[in-house]
Amino acid sequence: MAIQKDYEDIPGTFVFDADRARVGYPLNQFCISLGKQAGRDAFAADPEAYMASFGMTEEQKQAVRDRDWNAMFTVGGNVYYTAKLAANDGLSFQQLAALMTGMGHDAYREMMLNGGRPIEGNRYKSEWGEE
Amino acid sequence: MARITAGVACSHVPAIGAAVDLGKTEEEYWKPLFKGFEYSKEWIKEHKPDVIFMVYNDHCTAFDASVIPTFALGCAPEFKPADEGWGPRPVPVVKNHGVLASHIAQSLILDEFDITIMNEMEVDHGLTVPLTLMYGQPEEWPCLVIPLAVNVVLYPAPTTNRCYQLGKAIRRAVESFDEDLNVVIFGTGGMSHQLQYKRAGLINSDWDNMFMDKIVNDPVAASQIPHIEYLREAGSEGVEMVMWSVMRGALDEEVELKHRFYHVPASNTAVGHLIMENKAA
Repeated sequence: MAIQKDYEDIPGTFVFDADRARVGYPLNQFCISLGKQAGRDAFAADPEAYMASFGMTEEQKQAVRDRDWNAMFTVGGNVYYTAKLAANDGLSFQQLAALMTGMGHDAYREMMLNGGRPIEGNRYKSEWGEE
Repeated sequence: MARITAGVACSHVPAIGAAVDLGKTEEEYWKPLFKGFEYSKEWIKEHKPDVIFMVYNDHCTAFDASVIPTFALGCAPEFKPADEGWGPRPVPVVKNHGVLASHIAQSLILDEFDITIMNEMEVDHGLTVPLTLMYGQPEEWPCLVIPLAVNVVLYPAPTTNRCYQLGKAIRRAVESFDEDLNVVIFGTGGMSHQLQYKRAGLINSDWDNMFMDKIVNDPVAASQIPHIEYLREAGSEGVEMVMWSVMRGALDEEVELKHRFYHVPASNTAVGHLIMENKAA
């Protein structure tokens, strides 16, 4: 019997479970390598060859080429890893967060200063009009 | 014998470390946060632990995606601050009490907690930020530190109850060590925060305060909190708070609360902090 994933009905959230980690492994290993200068240099010198060296899927490579931060989650990425790619691009974590939420940096920063995103209306996908 | 005399809960937001390292603690944004730790700095100066047992999590720094131990105990002589992409934090090298660490490792495994032994490990902000909050910027850390890295990045993290029971086993291990040592246990991470996807920025102060009440006054009830509650109510990264139950399990069921502090925000995160002493201590 399959494990019940009771967290799949949380809106706007990808819980990085062992299934996602298996799929995302090459992408995440690529991202984490950018935490070190040698990785950043190799990626800058030849992005395609460097991504290929990790055995990334075409979808994973395309998400990186597009810097589509949310698409990275659908192909197994986790934010602690993808944040290294963002840092490589010179983005702060808060800029990355703003991009993922699609609300713009100023609005995101303002929301955090005002106590963050409220829990009301953000517990279930049904509250977002999602399945 | 060695004794666990107190427990400290503390968030480990990386931006807090950066604020100290870059001399920003007097800025309006940061002032209220550091004010909440003034008492703590005095407390730890007086309490003078010989050893801190630091329950924290690594953020894909020492462990990439290739090996993910659920519980990894640091047994190396020392632990260097890691380069997390911006160069290593300018903080002292963390020195271990290796003999006690090895004793705890053996005791835990025979007590049926199958932990991983780390004879080489770098430590990231998860471990160094709480030290900075308590000790400021000393030349050397004033005490020895035994790191226990808990996986809370790859789901599922260990259950809260498993963490609570591990805390009890850590206490048994410490108390079976002959040397007279004053040990303080830290549970780090949290509180509510979500760092990913469209719900990023979630903060739930009501839940956080309920959790702090529970962990102080009814740790057994706290140990029954299921993963889904952290994920839904406190954000996907809020699941870090299972680590508070490791700390709490190592204390008496009834403790004396010395300090409680809560602040929103530090970057994307709600900051929570507790100091509890064992009454017998």
